[in-house]
Amino acid sequence: MSDESKSNKITRREMLYRTGAGGLGLLVGASGFGTISALGKTLDKEDKQTAEDAIPFYGTHQSGIITKPQTYIYLISLDLTTNQLSDVRDLFKEWTMASAHMSKAELVGPYTDNSYVPPEDTGEADGLSASKLTITYGFGPTFFDKNGSDRFGLASKKPKQLKSLPSFAGDQIEEQWTGGDLCVQVCAEDKQVAFHAIRNLIRIGRGIVTLRWMQSGFQRTPQADKKKGTPRNLFGFKDGTVNPSTDKEFNDIVWSNGSEAPWIKNGSYMVMRRIRMLLEVWDRTHLNEQEMTFGREKRSGAPLGHQDEFDDINFDKKDESGNPHIPVDSHIKLARGDGSEKILRRSYSYSSEMDPTRAQLDAGLLFISYQKDPFKQFVPIQKRMAGMDRMNEYIRHIGSAVFACPGGASKGGYIGDSLF
Amino acid sequence: MNKFTKVASISLLIPGLLLAGCNTTEQSQAEEAKKTEESKTATYSEELEKAVDSYRQYGLEQTDLFVEGTTAFVEAVKAGNLEKAKELYPTARMPFERVEPIAESFGDLDPKIDAREGDVPEEEWTGYHRLEKIHWEENTTEGTAEYADQLLNDVKSLRAKIELADVAPQTLVTGAVDLLNEVSASKITGEEERYSHTDLYDFAANVDGSKKIVDLLSPILEEKDPELLDTLEQRFADVYTALEDYKTENGYVSYTDLTEEDTQKLSKVIDALAEPLSQIGVVLEG
Repeated sequence: MSDESKSNKITRREMLYRTGAGGLGLLVGASGFGTISALGKTLDKEDKQTAEDAIPFYGTHQSGIITKPQTYIYLISLDLTTNQLSDVRDLFKEWTMASAHMSKAELVGPYTDNSYVPPEDTGEADGLSASKLTITYGFGPTFFDKNGSDRFGLASKKPKQLKSLPSFAGDQIEEQWTGGDLCVQVCAEDKQVAFHAIRNLIRIGRGIVTLRWMQSGFQRTPQADKKKGTPRNLFGFKDGTVNPSTDKEFNDIVWSNGSEAPWIKNGSYMVMRRIRMLLEVWDRTHLNEQEMTFGREKRSGAPLGHQDEFDDINFDKKDESGNPHIPVDSHIKLARGDGSEKILRRSYSYSSEMDPTRAQLDAGLLFISYQKDPFKQFVPIQKRMAGMDRMNEYIRHIGSAVFACPGGASKGGYIGDSLF
Repeated sequence: MNKFTKVASISLLIPGLLLAGCNTTEQSQAEEAKKTEESKTATYSEELEKAVDSYRQYGLEQTDLFVEGTTAFVEAVKAGNLEKAKELYPTARMPFERVEPIAESFGDLDPKIDAREGDVPEEEWTGYHRLEKIHWEENTTEGTAEYADQLLNDVKSLRAKIELADVAPQTLVTGAVDLLNEVSASKITGEEERYSHTDLYDFAANVDGSKKIVDLLSPILEEKDPELLDTLEQRFADVYTALEDYKTENGYVSYTDLTEEDTQKLSKVIDALAEPLSQIGVVLEG
């Protein structure tokens, strides 16, 4: 299909919604789909107050970044199989439409009266609440240039911050868990709602994109954590105690001001690390060593030698024999460094059932962080940790990727429109 | 899932339709009755009727070829020429794989001809795959004459029954996607030809059959959704291009020569085609 004819057309899905909302006839004949009538009632509920557990899709920033982490995540990386920018543009238009609908607990597209085509929506979230669904999109380095080719004529718009991470000491990166042209992060308080979203987005992209890797993750549910504490990782430690939380911090740490490339303004850079945790090894490690590894008490989360989880940490505090309470090679010490590098962590635990070669648990941390500049913020931290973190004995970095997530879409626009 | 259970479950759901009398098994009666019902309840455009007629014709041609190929195959088997039998096996089956949507409507003959091990009780297991197992696993034609004769009889009665097949527009719409689902479900996984590993022949034949349907429907698609037609033509071309890499002088490489990367590549082009193909139901819109 030609660039022209496709890019100027509204999508089939959009058309179905508009006919559903505005009545038939309006577009009949103009589209080639004129005979399909929408059975649904008025499905465009933009004016309706969003439900209590719905997070708006449209906005200055993409949702799913500073959004308080929901219970479940699906993170996928995709490779584009098309070489036409118009296909990519259409895909993002369709994805935007579908995301906006799903965020409001609506079907991706209404049922039609032709029962000899599959329904637009796969159906498994029909009747379920929005469940704080967020959908976040990003572009990988290879979206802009792949094997030296300026595939979509956008190479000049590639920000310098967007490139593969360097390899760190001890990395055991597996090719199948790296990179990708695009990423989609779906989070929700309900796993079925989250799966429905990612599945339908993959379906919409079929023929334009193929799956490169996919990882699901989880945290505790809000119902299980009445005290709303800091979530624990699979090592049993509180993880994420120090995380930006104010608008000022978000502006300083997370959101790009667009100076490197205007299209990324109000967006952010995502770093993904798939970190396998060797649970069998960890579980054989005595409590004292576990706590020295983290630099925190396991149960309370308090830094060693301190009283409370949220105490300002004094790394110089020494025990009676003159050794620092918090070992210099402990995780929190190395993560902190001199305190100049900060990131927003948004990690999830993952369990991919069994590692068949060892008959052991394949589980760990789907580490996700957002920052203005991965190379000034994430990389220095990871360099320190890769070199000497006591925890390295119990973990393996298997996967690595960086994506540039543009700002949010406004109504009528679509994700990435400032780039294309 | 065992592909024959689908047919059986349909008959359970519509017991009332079993009353339509003729001497085939319950399943095929149900199928036929159902199709008659469907074709009675709607009238279709001349173009669509034409496509259906042409498809019926295609079904006849392919089953003619199937009889021809099976006859040669059976002769080789009965002459004890194992090498020849193995050579003819994959190509003899291809016409059948092209028109499975029609062949499957004869619920009793499809399993007799094409059941895989475990699809039916061991004592009832006949047909191509029974012979395949003996030829490749035991490396002999001994003790297969009876299966060979039975196979030829079944293929011939399939040919006779195809004349009576009530092909409906829905057969085409459903069939085009079903053929690709066959590819996805059992050819890409190497399940279909688990002893001979000639899965790529079936793969190609299923795609041919699906392409044929789209070709026949293309005048209608051109009118109803030209963009869809363009996409489908491009994606069929992508599938054939991908298959090129696995062609040999006389056919296709063995499934065992495919790496995971190869099967993924093939699976991706099939998915990319099958998703838009599922929209061809638009041809049924008035």
